[in-house]
Amino acid sequence: MSKVKKALCKAFIYLMLALIYLPILVLVVYSFTTSKSIGVWNGFTLSLYADVFTDAEMMGAVGNSLIVALVSSLLATLIGTLAAVGIFYTRSKWYKTLLNLTSQVTMVNADIVTGVSFMMLFLVFGLIPKGYLTLIISHTMITVPYVIMNVMPRLSQLNPNLYEAGLDLGASPVRTFFTVLLPQLVPAMISGFALAFTLSLDDFVITKFVNGDVSTISTYLYNKIAKKGVMPQLRALSALIFIAILAVLVAVNIFSHRKRVKEGGRK
Amino acid sequence: MTGIKKFRLKRSYFSFPYAVLSVLFVILPLLITAFYAFTRDGSFSFANFVKFFTTPNTLKVLLYSLGIAALVTVICLLLAYPLAMMLADSKINRSAVTVMLFIMPMWINSLLRTYAMKNVFQLIGMTNAYAAVIIGLVYDFFPFMLLPLYSVLSNMDKSYMEAANDLGCGAVQSFFKVRLPLSLPGIMSGVLMVFMPTVSTFAISDILGDTSTYMFGNIINDWFTASGGSGWNIGSAYSLILLALIGITMFIANKATGGKASAAGAAQAGGGLL
Repeated sequence: MSKVKKALCKAFIYLMLALIYLPILVLVVYSFTTSKSIGVWNGFTLSLYADVFTDAEMMGAVGNSLIVALVSSLLATLIGTLAAVGIFYTRSKWYKTLLNLTSQVTMVNADIVTGVSFMMLFLVFGLIPKGYLTLIISHTMITVPYVIMNVMPRLSQLNPNLYEAGLDLGASPVRTFFTVLLPQLVPAMISGFALAFTLSLDDFVITKFVNGDVSTISTYLYNKIAKKGVMPQLRALSALIFIAILAVLVAVNIFSHRKRVKEGGRK
Repeated sequence: MTGIKKFRLKRSYFSFPYAVLSVLFVILPLLITAFYAFTRDGSFSFANFVKFFTTPNTLKVLLYSLGIAALVTVICLLLAYPLAMMLADSKINRSAVTVMLFIMPMWINSLLRTYAMKNVFQLIGMTNAYAAVIIGLVYDFFPFMLLPLYSVLSNMDKSYMEAANDLGCGAVQSFFKVRLPLSLPGIMSGVLMVFMPTVSTFAISDILGDTSTYMFGNIINDWFTASGGSGWNIGSAYSLILLALIGITMFIANKATGGKASAAGAAQAGGGLL
C-alpha cells in the first residue's frame, strides 16, 4: 500500500471520528456559558452545573433512570441466565423453539409496538398502575433476551462432564448448579448485565408509554426538548452524562485489557 | 415409594420463570394488540385496516418513511463500509481504542445525541427540516451499521483476498467478487439494525424536524397519545402493519444470507466489546 493511500485512509478515519465527536464537543464547550442559544458566548461560568445539581426534577430523573436500570438489569441477568441454562439443556424441541421465538420477537420488534402493547396490557387489566413497577417489568422483559444471547454461547463451550462429575460426587443438582455451572457463566453474565443496563438507560420509546408520572433521563429530555423551549441547563446535564459514560467505558476497557494481559492471553 | 416418580430438579426447569413471563409479557401484549386491531367499538371489524388503506396521508407517510429509511441506510452503509475496511486493515489501524471510540456512541442515550445534533444545527444555522432529520438519523444509527461490518471484516480470512489477487483479480474485481459477498451477513445485520428502526422512529423526527418530516412511528404514537375514541384500535392495526413489515425485511435478509444475518448480531458484538 502506497504511503499516500495510507495517509488518506488515516485522514478519513480521523475525519469520521471528528464528525462523530463534534456535536458532543460543542455541547460540552457551551455547557460552560449561560447563553440561551449556542453560538453566543457569555463568558465562562460553572453556574449551569450548579443548577443541574440543585434542580430536584433533573436529579430525580437521573435517580429514577439509575434505579430502574439497576433493578431491571439485575432481574434480567437472573431470569436470563436461568432461561439460557433451561433452554440449552431442555430436550423438548418445541419448548426450545418457542422460547427462542419469544426472545427473538422481543429483540426485533419495533420499540413503539412493544411500548404500546405494554401500555395496553397494563391499562386493560388495570391491575398494575403505571410507575416504577411497570417500568421495571417492561425493561426487564426487553433486556432478558440480550442476557440469554450472551450466556448461551458460553454454555455451549462448557465441558459437560464437570456438571456430571458434581452429581456423581453426591452434590444435589441445585448445589452443582451454584458451585459448578454458575461460576463458569459469570463473565457472560456480567457482559449481559452491562448490555441490559445500558439498554435500559438508553430506552425512551417503551419508557414513554409505561412510565406514568415517573420521569427518567430520556422522558425528561424529550419533554424539555420537544417543547422547543431553550433550557441551557440541559447542556450541562448532557455533558455530565457523556463524561460519566466515557469514564465507565474507559475504565471497563482498561480493566478487561489488564485482565487479558495478566492471563497472558491475546493482546 | 414405588409408582411415584421422585421429583428431581432438572436444568431445563430453570427456564420456567422466563417461560411464564414470556406468556404474560410478550405473547399476551401482542394478543391484546391484535385484539384491538381487529375490533371497533367492541365488535370484530376490519375497519382499522380499511382506514389505513383509505387514508392517503398515512400511506404517504409510510412510503416517505420507507424512503427516508432506505436513504439513511444507504448513507450509513456507504460511510461505514470503507471505514470498517480501514479499521480492520492492520496496515492502517492497529489500535483497538480507535475502534472503541467509534462504537462508544452506541452506549450514549440516543436522545442525548439527538439533542447534541440539534445544537450543532443551531450553531451552523441549518434550518432545513429534511436534511436535519436525515443527518440526525445517520448520526444516531451509524455505530449500529459500523459494528457488524467491522466484526465481519476483521474476522475475514485474509488469504481469500490474497488468493483472489494471486489468481489475477484486480483490486476492484477482488472486492466485488470476494470481499463483498463474504461480508454480506455483516451488511444485512447492519441494514436490519438501521432500516426498520428508522421507519418506526418518532423521537428523532420530533426533535429535529417538524410535521413535514413525520415518520410512521409518529403516526402510531399520535393514535395512542393524542386521540381518544378508536385511537387504540387504529394504532394497534398500524402497529401490526409495522410488525408485518419487520417480518418481511427479516425474511428477505435471512434469505439473502442463508440465515446468517440477525438484528441481534450487532448488539451482541456490542456487548462483547465491554
